[in-house]
Amino acid sequence: MERKLLTKDSYRSLITKLIGQNYQVVAPVKKDTMIDFLKISSFDEITEDYIVTVSSAKTVAFPRNEKLFDYEKQNKKLTQQDYDFDSIPQSVLIGVRPCDAFGFHSLSSIFCWDSIDKIYTTRLERTTIIGLSCNKADDYCFCTSAKGSPGSTAGSDILLTKMTDGNYIVEIVTEKGAKLVADFSDLFTADGGADKESLLAKVAANFSVDDVLAKINSKFEDEAFWTEQAMRCIGCGACAYVCPTCACFDIQDESHGGKGHRVRCWDSCGLSLFTLHTSGHNPRENQGQRWRQRLMHKFSYMPDRLNTIGCVGCGRCSRACPVDMNIAEHCMSIIEN
Amino acid sequence: MNNLQQKAQQLLESGNYGLIVGYEKGTSGKARPVFIRKAEHASKLIFDESCDQNIAVYLYRQEIKHDKKKVIVANHHTLKSIVELAAENQVFDGDFMVLAFAENGDIIELNTFKEIEKHVATLYHGLTEAEAAMMKKIEDMSLEDRWAFWENEFSKCIKCYACRASCPMCYCPTCTVEINQPQWISVPSHTLGNLEWHVMRAMHLAGRCVTCGQCGKACPLELPIQLLTYKVALDSKQFFDSVAGTSICADNALAIYKPEDHENFIR
Repeated sequence: MERKLLTKDSYRSLITKLIGQNYQVVAPVKKDTMIDFLKISSFDEITEDYIVTVSSAKTVAFPRNEKLFDYEKQNKKLTQQDYDFDSIPQSVLIGVRPCDAFGFHSLSSIFCWDSIDKIYTTRLERTTIIGLSCNKADDYCFCTSAKGSPGSTAGSDILLTKMTDGNYIVEIVTEKGAKLVADFSDLFTADGGADKESLLAKVAANFSVDDVLAKINSKFEDEAFWTEQAMRCIGCGACAYVCPTCACFDIQDESHGGKGHRVRCWDSCGLSLFTLHTSGHNPRENQGQRWRQRLMHKFSYMPDRLNTIGCVGCGRCSRACPVDMNIAEHCMSIIEN
Repeated sequence: MNNLQQKAQQLLESGNYGLIVGYEKGTSGKARPVFIRKAEHASKLIFDESCDQNIAVYLYRQEIKHDKKKVIVANHHTLKSIVELAAENQVFDGDFMVLAFAENGDIIELNTFKEIEKHVATLYHGLTEAEAAMMKKIEDMSLEDRWAFWENEFSKCIKCYACRASCPMCYCPTCTVEINQPQWISVPSHTLGNLEWHVMRAMHLAGRCVTCGQCGKACPLELPIQLLTYKVALDSKQFFDSVAGTSICADNALAIYKPEDHENFIR
């Protein structure tokens, strides 16, 4: 993989030039009490003081609300304004952790499964992902148990690794990444040969996700196991909404008088309404069944049908959970029971 | 073993009780709810200042609601919620035992709603200093600044409903947001829809919020939404002399009609 060097000053110039050239630059920003991905208008808004952002980078390709089309009904005549693909900006997403970057692989496998979701794919096609290796981790991180690593290049177009002097090792991963480097070639210099591995956070591999995959199907009918696993779960959607690979959505019409629009918005299998049928029957009537669905989807259905794991080990769901449903612990419990 | 763990062990060994809902040590030293069914697991139980989560929400949980041999380890938030849930007939007298703590750390067994109500009367019912300061900061804002403050906060809400799920008083089996014919509240999480949701929730909690702040603690985006329900709690006290979580008799400001109520605050 081709390597280059980007000094901290050149990094500033790169981001400033991108903003100047009307790219939508999205970066981790400290807003109020939290650090999250937001559109920036100046390099100084960026922070690197985070393990992971609260919400995942998926919002760039799969925003929490996506207006699909507008409609208007007048004198029994319906007019429809289709999705405007020209409105999708060319974006550069920076500061994406390797776990988050790999999340796009899982997400794409869902959005491109049997039919291609044109909105999602167009958004992603117009986004260049500049990853940032992890130099620190916390108790929630478990990427190394889920086939990832703090310096993994998978999913990024370019991966930066910060060196002790504040400059960055640049790894050019994809053609899109190579194009960006070529477009600003004067900012990138020859690689100094620094040891990347020594700069990375240490994340202990406490289990292997392969063992979860091998075991989870045999647990499907063990109702008592899932009931006990989910006793603490209060049934909100926080885990799904911050997850880089959760792709479930709801379709809603929002109208005012004869005018309105149709919106695609996030939904979560943890919510009781998620599977409620029109008849009133709910095939997942308790939280144990809903929690089982969440884990089965990630560790059985996605591997079986899409040949990818639905979990990247970022630990976001566990951090966001109001009752500390730590997914890594639950994975280990599946292996052990 | 500390006194709580010993007590839990004795209760489970006695056979009179089969489940203890309490706290255990979770990730990174955080406390989290735990369900203990075996005496040998009683040593998992903890009770310290990290245990500030309101866990009354589990008392009416489908899986254990009808289990009459349960015990709940209650901090002051949980105790107040139990009193309010009792007033609203969501939990039933004699269905569970409460283990509360005296200031010196001694365990207090509370078996009836009357005992719980009496104990709760000894607790502090106002906002903490930090909470009161946050309330004041917002109340002191101009109308425009206050609107801007909440607009910014609501713009961040992802409508995960962790606030609702963690609130013991949000026990409606079908919440307004789950009714879509007609659609009362927007499903997408845009600023206006989020405002509708949080204001509706606050109004629904008027006179019922025990000011535990669990909704705000549960929020993954750290929205200070507890300030909304605190505001209606303070108004309920000021205008109706009604403080939730103090009486096992229902006297919710918005659920009770009194001919002598003054309505001049509406003007």
